[in-house]
Amino acid sequence: MMVGLRPLLWPGGLALVASPGLAVLALVTLLDAAPPGETERLLDRYALHVLAFTVLQATLSTALSLVFAVPLARALARRPVFPGRGIVIRLFGIPLVLPAIVAVFGVVAVWGQNGAINKALGTIGMEGLGPIYGLEGILIAHTFFNIPLAVRLLLPAWESIPGETWRLAAQLGMTSWPIFRLIEWPRLAEILPGIAMLAFLLTFSSFTVVLALGGGPGAATLEVAIYQALRLDFDIVRAVFLALLQVVICGAVAIVLFRFARFSLSEAGAGRVTRRPDSHGLPGRIGDALMIAAGIFWVGAPLAGVAISGLGGPLTDVLARQDVWLAALRSVLVGLGAGVVAVTVGLLLGATTCDLAMRRHRRSLADVLEIAGSQTLIVSPVVLGAGLFVLLLGHVRVFDWALPLAALVNGLVSVPYVLRLVSPVLRRTAAHHDRLCANLGLAGIRRIVWLEGPLALRPLATALALATALAAGDLTAIALFGTEREATLALLLYRALGSYRMDEAAVIALLLVLVCLAIFAAIEGLGRVAART
Amino acid sequence: MSPPGLELDGITFEQGGWTLAADLAVRRGELLALIGASGAGKSTLLSLAAGFERPLSGRVLVNGRVVTDLPPASRPITTLFQEHNLFAHLSALDNVALGLDPGLRLTATDRRTAHEALSRVELETMARRRPGELSGGERQRVAIARALVMKRPVLLLDEPFAALGPALRRAMHELVSRLMRESGLTVVIVTHDPADARRIADTVAFMDGGRILLTGPTDSVLDAPVLPELVRYLDPDTDPGAS
Repeated sequence: MMVGLRPLLWPGGLALVASPGLAVLALVTLLDAAPPGETERLLDRYALHVLAFTVLQATLSTALSLVFAVPLARALARRPVFPGRGIVIRLFGIPLVLPAIVAVFGVVAVWGQNGAINKALGTIGMEGLGPIYGLEGILIAHTFFNIPLAVRLLLPAWESIPGETWRLAAQLGMTSWPIFRLIEWPRLAEILPGIAMLAFLLTFSSFTVVLALGGGPGAATLEVAIYQALRLDFDIVRAVFLALLQVVICGAVAIVLFRFARFSLSEAGAGRVTRRPDSHGLPGRIGDALMIAAGIFWVGAPLAGVAISGLGGPLTDVLARQDVWLAALRSVLVGLGAGVVAVTVGLLLGATTCDLAMRRHRRSLADVLEIAGSQTLIVSPVVLGAGLFVLLLGHVRVFDWALPLAALVNGLVSVPYVLRLVSPVLRRTAAHHDRLCANLGLAGIRRIVWLEGPLALRPLATALALATALAAGDLTAIALFGTEREATLALLLYRALGSYRMDEAAVIALLLVLVCLAIFAAIEGLGRVAART
Repeated sequence: MSPPGLELDGITFEQGGWTLAADLAVRRGELLALIGASGAGKSTLLSLAAGFERPLSGRVLVNGRVVTDLPPASRPITTLFQEHNLFAHLSALDNVALGLDPGLRLTATDRRTAHEALSRVELETMARRRPGELSGGERQRVAIARALVMKRPVLLLDEPFAALGPALRRAMHELVSRLMRESGLTVVIVTHDPADARRIADTVAFMDGGRILLTGPTDSVLDAPVLPELVRYLDPDTDPGAS
């Protein structure tokens, strides 16, 4: 990276063409395709019903997640040292990277009509649970994702409480309730609105969970309705209308989120040891233990369901099928393509935002660019995909381009992760070494080879591994573009689930997890080896 | 003779290989300054007295009563820290009132008591301000006001004025000595600066390497130091072996 006279704008410009640029193109296409004056026909009872259900399930998912995440995070914060605490924190990180369709399988394996819970209830002669398709299933799956996410975002609130405050509380004789009211709640109140909005946004745009667990048009979100309009009803006009509705609402929520979010997405939960005056009592100990055990069960049971059902399934039958291995190959290819897209766009954007923030004193402009790179929170993968779909329709045979399109959409979704991992390294390098580099005349390619390259290799490999693994397990884009001929593992799993072939689904779910894990470990490991040499 | 206001009797403590062993007696109504280099164990000694840390052995006594097994809130001791003495989201008045009820369920009398305490530290007009709207010295005065309403006979000051400028620090010291005379408090103040000790303390205790090496009247300890460790601490440039 040069410390040139002019700001380093071209990489960021190039990245912007890809990331918000494509989204804008998609939106313009959608707007163009939206016939004027037809909103009355389109804003009919069906659309209103979909909108109402989307808001309802997102609100309930968010509320339930936070109602359980706050006491769970508090229990973990009150117990900074217990055997296995690190494993629990890591367990809560798994849903963030687990393919959504695999999580759906895990939820069904535990809570479904033929699931583990019902079998256990049956053996003690109790009446089982009903079918989970519909709102219940959606809420179970969404809380499976969002409770651990919220816990990890909440924990730093406790770690920021200074040690003196706990001594003060001890000296004043504060008990559990005043401690919560006067010490913990004020800190939580600062970050809870941001976390709530993030959870709302994620569940509002939820596609895979609702598609697989919604169980029909009665329980469709906007995202699923767009997909259905595009792929099942071929009602392009309706798809366009719903997509615009989705963008407007998500945009509004996201703008508020970016304005008010005060939480950091940094790694949390190391458990700074503090001496709280309210952590000794037996009732508190029992309560915390129950809360943590419930959290472990809620997150761990579906994961265990995937592993146990998979290992107990018809392994040899499914693994002997050629279509399964071809699907696995396609998953890997989509993943790698997406990884390359994400890292390229992320690096270009990171180079420019670093230059702007560290050398040009244009920090706010850099922030705006980084937010622009995170636009997939607003223009969701389904909307982006729908835009590309409509754009390409009539020019090329969209279904022939299913895999590259899926890679592209997934890659753009992962740009924010790349930025978060790589940006700090670039900025630190600029802050520490710019003067020395100027002294030595180290610039341009030579600087990248000797300085940024070696330093950024590890985080780059991690970013590539993450983007690749996430895309390899994704159902959204491939459901939109894919066909029978171009199925990935996620699509095979969805089909198996949809036709209640649970044994087959169990093996595919386990295979998909293993493929994603293997890709992640391989790329991350290569990065580690390369960084050492 | 009446028992000491605060007594540490054969206290020992260990943390990660570092040990502390100390005996200390502070007369009732006396102000003792604990001096010594950082890492000498001054703050740990206060934490042991206040009950934030538990000693391996030994007893803590206040006015002759053993308090070693009591939690911090039940000891007749209150501590002022260097920072974070106040809750940022509560007004000055509420921060003081926490000393009356830790859940802030306040009666009209409580409110009056808190107001009176604020006026004793000359902050009666600032009752509604939050810590963020107060200066560093004002924040510590609010914390002192809270210590006053708690009516505990022993006050431990863990360098609460170290971040203030010299003039402000002197004013705070004067405030503390006036209030302790008015309320008959026993005070231990940790300080880095021997000049601080000379100005306000009746007695000085010198700590080094987790031990109290010397205790005595301020003037005699500081004016003609003999102990090599103390000479080095007071003036690191002199070599005690040379004279």
